[in-house]
Amino acid sequence: MMQMFKVLEPGAYTTIQDRGRLGYQQFGVPITGPVDEFAFRLANLLVGNSEDAAAFELTVLGPSLRVLGEADVAVTGAQMPVHRNDEQIPVWISFRVKPGDTIRVRMARNGCRSYLAVSGGIDVPVVMGSRSTYVGAKLGGIEGRPIMKGDVINRGESGLLHAPRRTPVDLVPDYPNRILVRAMAGPQDYHFDEGHETFFNEEFVVTSKADRMGYRLEGPVIKLKEGAPFSIISEPSVPGGVQIPPDGQPIIVLVEQTSGGYSKIATVVSSDIRRVAQAKPGDRIRFELVDLETAHSLFRRQEDLLQRTKELFAT
Amino acid sequence: MGGLYTRPIYRLAGDRGLLVEYGDAIDPEVNRYVRAMSIALSSAPPPGLKEVIPTYCSLLIYYDPLLTDPTKLQQGLENLSEHLSNIILPLPDTIEIPVCYGGALGPDMDFVSEYSGLALKEIVRIHSEPSYQIHMIGFTPGFPFLGGLSKLLYVPRLRSPRMLVSAGSVGIANDQTGIYPIDSPGGWQLIGKTPFKLFDPSRPRPFLFKTGDLLKFKPITLEQYSSLLTSPKGNNK
Repeated sequence: MMQMFKVLEPGAYTTIQDRGRLGYQQFGVPITGPVDEFAFRLANLLVGNSEDAAAFELTVLGPSLRVLGEADVAVTGAQMPVHRNDEQIPVWISFRVKPGDTIRVRMARNGCRSYLAVSGGIDVPVVMGSRSTYVGAKLGGIEGRPIMKGDVINRGESGLLHAPRRTPVDLVPDYPNRILVRAMAGPQDYHFDEGHETFFNEEFVVTSKADRMGYRLEGPVIKLKEGAPFSIISEPSVPGGVQIPPDGQPIIVLVEQTSGGYSKIATVVSSDIRRVAQAKPGDRIRFELVDLETAHSLFRRQEDLLQRTKELFAT
Repeated sequence: MGGLYTRPIYRLAGDRGLLVEYGDAIDPEVNRYVRAMSIALSSAPPPGLKEVIPTYCSLLIYYDPLLTDPTKLQQGLENLSEHLSNIILPLPDTIEIPVCYGGALGPDMDFVSEYSGLALKEIVRIHSEPSYQIHMIGFTPGFPFLGGLSKLLYVPRLRSPRMLVSAGSVGIANDQTGIYPIDSPGGWQLIGKTPFKLFDPSRPRPFLFKTGDLLKFKPITLEQYSSLLTSPKGNNK
């Protein structure tokens, strides 16, 4: 364990996340972990970590960190300008930092969340199988809260890179203000008829109630079918599930919720959850209906890309 | 209404989840089936299975799409279901939860008394009499949704939820009763408080109970409440 950073400014909402806490959802503990898994995994690969090492998730405005030890660092995700001392550093590449350096991550120009990974991964105690922070139950990370000014952050043991790594250009996503998100029907699509048309044909706006728990959208009212119940017996919810509460305004469930009692008209495919994660209040979302086969081929394509990047870095 | 479906209904919950419904109502037979299947799956997990989340009448299965798909999982479940009758379903554990009712620890007791027309003593007796089955745990880590509340105690939710309900508070609302395991917002009428800590990540078993267990409330005095607070399971240990 080595001291790595001292937090000078915490940023808007910076938490420590690994790939998530599995196995406790039946007790009401959500999986948490990064909302944009793709950017998170790449940040780790860029600094030579395994894809599930813990890293910072930055929201809209990044932190300022005093560097206490030598290591490689990478920032991926939303376009937040990164400075090492006075020098601006491109994102989606690794860079070396030395004791005494300062890293500053400024306001996002595009997108909403970034990931800052460091060699060896951020070292905080493993709680119930994970280092991920779940602020709702004060679990994981540092005392179960976002980082604060004055926190000292440790990293795990690891060697450093022989040469900087950069993400192939075609893998770097852009984050437009209007996005198309692919979704599968169900699990309760049978509670809707014309509401289904509304959902897949109209555009929805991200409201200010958008966080790691879920994104509330605003748009044309999605009507339940005549006779369909306003609520169902509470059942587990999966990330990407789109709940329709009685007001007809959809909520996309993300990584900090385990159950829900509203019908879910559709579920965002897992490879597109990252698009939702990068949407900001005021951004616009359309949904495109896809079947399971398409969703699985999108999933495999994303895994292939990550696998090939891993191999590229290893050579 | 209700009862076990003749065949389970499989619903896709996105590209990594399969929801298996065994019935559509609160029915003990459905719940026994869910518990048996959940035990069968954990002793012989099909390839690619990542996590199983049982609720009262359904199971949510998380799977790895690189290793399996719903068709294969469905086949696996159906093979298992043929052997379910061989599974000896363990009796549900009964967990006793001490509760100090009324007073400052149950700030809505007066409302409940007025609404139901019952005296505090009666409310305590009725609420602590049944063994409640834990239908599901959710909302916050360790929050039990309990079935079997007496109709005499049906009360509406608060008009406006409290921003902060402290850990251990016992509430009722409509046909449900439950316990708030951690400090959280909440809209149920609070009638008492347990000194026990329902969720403690530092314990080897962080939770005191699981879905399917039975929960029994045991009325205690304020003195007992205070002394149990510092017991091994207590909130101020």
